[in-house]
Amino acid sequence: MQTIYTDVLVIGAGLAGERAAIEAGQAGLSAICLSLVPARRSHSSAAQGGMQAALGNSVMGEGDSPDVHFQDTVKGSDWGCDQEVARLFAETAPVEMRRLAFWGVPWNRVVPGPSIYYKAGKEYEKVESQERRGLITARSFGGTAKWRTCYVSDGTGHSVLFTVDNRCAELGVEVHDKTEALSLIHDGRTCFGAVSRSLRSGELRVYLAKATMIATGGFGRIYQNTTNAVICDGGGHIAALDTGVVPMGNMEAVQFHPTGIVPTDILVTEGCRGDGGTLLDVNEERFMDKYEPEKAELASRDVVSRWMTHHIRQGLGVKSPYGDHLWLDIRHLGEAHITGKLREVYEICTSFLGLDPIRQLIPVRPTQHYSMGGVRTDKNGAVYGLKGLFAAGEAACWDMHGFNRLGGNSLAETVVAGGIVGRRIVDHVQGGEVLFNSAVIDAEVKRQRERLDGLISGRNGSENVYKVRAAMQQALQKGCNIFRDETGLSECVASLEEILERARRVGLKTNGAGASPELYAALRIQGQVKLALCVALGALKRTESRGSHNREDYPARNDRDWLVRTLAYWRNPDDGLPVLEYEPASPSYELPPGDRGYGKSEIISAEQGD
Amino acid sequence: MPRLLKFNIFRYNPQDPGSKPHMDSFVLEETDSMTLFIALNRIREEQDPSLQFDFCCRAGICGSCGMVVNGRPGLACHTKTVDLPGDVTLLPLPVFRLVGDLSVDTGAWFREMYNKVESWIHTSKSFDQSAVEERMDNEVAEQIYELDRCVECGCCVAACGTARLRDDFLGAVALNRIARFAVDPRDERTDRDYYEIIGNDRGIFGCMGLLACEDVCPKNLPLQNQLGFLRRKMGITAIKTLFRR
Ligand SMILES: Cc1cc2nc3c(=O)[nH]c(=O)nc-3n(C[C@H](O)[C@H](O)[C@H](O)COP(=O)(O)OP(=O)(O)OC[C@H]3O[C@@H](n4cnc5c(N)ncnc54)[C@H](O)[C@@H]3O)c2cc1C
Ligand code: SF4
Ligand code: SF4
Ligand code: FES
Repeated sequence: MQTIYTDVLVIGAGLAGERAAIEAGQAGLSAICLSLVPARRSHSSAAQGGMQAALGNSVMGEGDSPDVHFQDTVKGSDWGCDQEVARLFAETAPVEMRRLAFWGVPWNRVVPGPSIYYKAGKEYEKVESQERRGLITARSFGGTAKWRTCYVSDGTGHSVLFTVDNRCAELGVEVHDKTEALSLIHDGRTCFGAVSRSLRSGELRVYLAKATMIATGGFGRIYQNTTNAVICDGGGHIAALDTGVVPMGNMEAVQFHPTGIVPTDILVTEGCRGDGGTLLDVNEERFMDKYEPEKAELASRDVVSRWMTHHIRQGLGVKSPYGDHLWLDIRHLGEAHITGKLREVYEICTSFLGLDPIRQLIPVRPTQHYSMGGVRTDKNGAVYGLKGLFAAGEAACWDMHGFNRLGGNSLAETVVAGGIVGRRIVDHVQGGEVLFNSAVIDAEVKRQRERLDGLISGRNGSENVYKVRAAMQQALQKGCNIFRDETGLSECVASLEEILERARRVGLKTNGAGASPELYAALRIQGQVKLALCVALGALKRTESRGSHNREDYPARNDRDWLVRTLAYWRNPDDGLPVLEYEPASPSYELPPGDRGYGKSEIISAEQGD
Repeated sequence: MPRLLKFNIFRYNPQDPGSKPHMDSFVLEETDSMTLFIALNRIREEQDPSLQFDFCCRAGICGSCGMVVNGRPGLACHTKTVDLPGDVTLLPLPVFRLVGDLSVDTGAWFREMYNKVESWIHTSKSFDQSAVEERMDNEVAEQIYELDRCVECGCCVAACGTARLRDDFLGAVALNRIARFAVDPRDERTDRDYYEIIGNDRGIFGCMGLLACEDVCPKNLPLQNQLGFLRRKMGITAIKTLFRR
């Protein structure tokens, strides 16, 4: 068995993981990132829209500041976020954008003079100042008071990830790609690294580290329809949950994106609506302006997704063999804009749908998009429950997003949190020695070997992993979607409990040799069903509506009883359900809970008596 | 009546002592808006769970799914079955090391490439937290992005005669990378520095200029222009170098 020793082990080579590894590299520490795919193929590369930071260079961002960004973020979160973290984020974001520019990101820049922009389908003119020529510019994105989203045409995630990976290569940060982390090595108090499997040879490998970080992105693939890449399957969350001592925060906080294309659920960027794209129904009429007169299509995405689903339920969706959908109209933005700033969208329509968005409408529906919940950390990125374990990015519940994250805030989070947590990791490693206990390491390796053998030999049963996975995805899709209620959620939890039993009886059809995709799927199926149960049980117990968590039977946001974060633990591997605990949403409320100014406004305030 | 599609797929798992290179066929009924992503996953889930291939974004963005489709390298997720005949032959990309079936090791190849061309901004400056960013014309930013769009799928390398003949050839993707840094004012490298890297047979002078690379690039990168640009630039640098001696 190969054992590799490093100062810092980062599980995940997306933006959050690599950004943190850079801090380690710059401090002279050795750092290794593990990744399922070559670093640059990580899901961060798929983010087209941009990153929010209050630089205020564009004329449309005048008067912007970290204060305003902070307020937008807290309102967006429906007061579910940790306000100290949101503050830290908003203050740090502008410097981080400049740092990325220094490393080589080709941000779009301010072009002085007049230009046309669209808002809610109407044409307006803006005039950029001569004085700001060449500074980093911004575009509009859902749910923000100012134009604040820095972008690189429509390949922001791609360009930033390439730049960050270039910086890693320069510093000698290693990336071990085609490697999956299976479990964490720990003694119940401290984390010592991870057991992994090579997706080239199938061999197990041990990584020992003074600090370990989880930066494995989202877990959207536990849903049936999702914009997430196929590798966003929760591997890091599973490793953390399996320790029994690390909680998942707010797993019920799942965001749906208004514009996934039908049928493949590929996302078309919010930039389409930001730039003036509109949503139309079966009669090719706009409807968002009726539900949300002020923000219309630009309201935050949980609000837009909810009204879209509502409108479809009113019978105003477009029928198709893949279910009902609505239309996204960007035709009026014109050929130059669509093939320029929105080129990726143009390519998606022509390549995957065979339609031309300059002349035709795009079929869209709300689809799972982002996991606000995840591995719970404190504001330094230190994971609850284990020393030496950190997390950042979408995998983490650092918690600046609460119950709804704003477009452009998560890509920004990856680099901001990656930088901050990376520095805390450096402090941690430089602050003391770690003693590795070989008995703990050997026991974990043995556990993983037995798990593999059990699946390959079929001694636990012969359930087909793909069928079990499909059952899990359907259960969530049906009972734990945009609109939720007691009946649907109870059924969902009950069927997931059964599906967990089936997951425990999975056995391979093949011999599992080498990378073995079947073994890959089988190794995570139990963990995925457990994550699904954390989502569904959290949603069932939370008897209020907040951000993207919408209970039809409890439509009000209830600050009196539910201004809290759910913490889900899986104490023993054989348990059938997670244990839920709660903690205050925020240590302090710089911005006291109030009205978001969009969406439903029924609120049970903390001051209200029974 | 939907078509029945026949997929002839290269099979070999080097990690399995019982496995020998061969072709397998699978038959699927075509469905609406079917791509090779949908087809291959169905084959794996319904017919042969050992079938190896790589997808990630399934949206033509991440470059994971390069393979040879009926003789032509391309992105599988980006390939609609309506555009294909009823018989589809799928092979792994050549040049890259085979992992199994249709899956190849692009990660290791590209990491080596970054190190050879030093794929990062070379600057003597250091970052100043308190300063406003250096200005850049938007046009320049867009020029850089135009070349930064490469998704490192490896299709251009797989299609390149030179790359298949000599494994030290850098390939169009690496030459494009150099061009990306050459247009970036933040990179302080001179033509002489670039010449050290690509002014030889492994680099720009090894290229035969037949442009199979540009032909297959799924991102339509202007590889022809970039190769021409570098050839001229490096030609001039070569002459200057001679005179300096
Ligand atoms: C289509 C789409 C568009 C988006 N657009 C925007 C946008 O415009 N603006 C915005 O702010 N946000 C956007 N988001 C959200 C944003 O892209 C993600 O939240 C963010 O990129 C996550 O980055 P990350 O570094 O946390 O994880 P990722 O980039 O997902 O990286 C995860 C890494 O972990 C690795 N990994 C996973 N599991 C394992 C394992 N078991 N073992 C080893 N390695 C593992 C992966 O290989 C990968 O390297 C978008 C999301 C989607 C789905
Ligand atoms: S033009 Fe040059 S790089 Fe492109 S395929 Fe031909 S030899 Fe290869
Ligand atoms: S240049 Fe084109 S073909 Fe070559 S790796 Fe980049 S995107 Fe792929
Ligand atoms: S899977 Fe990402 S490009 Fe095909």
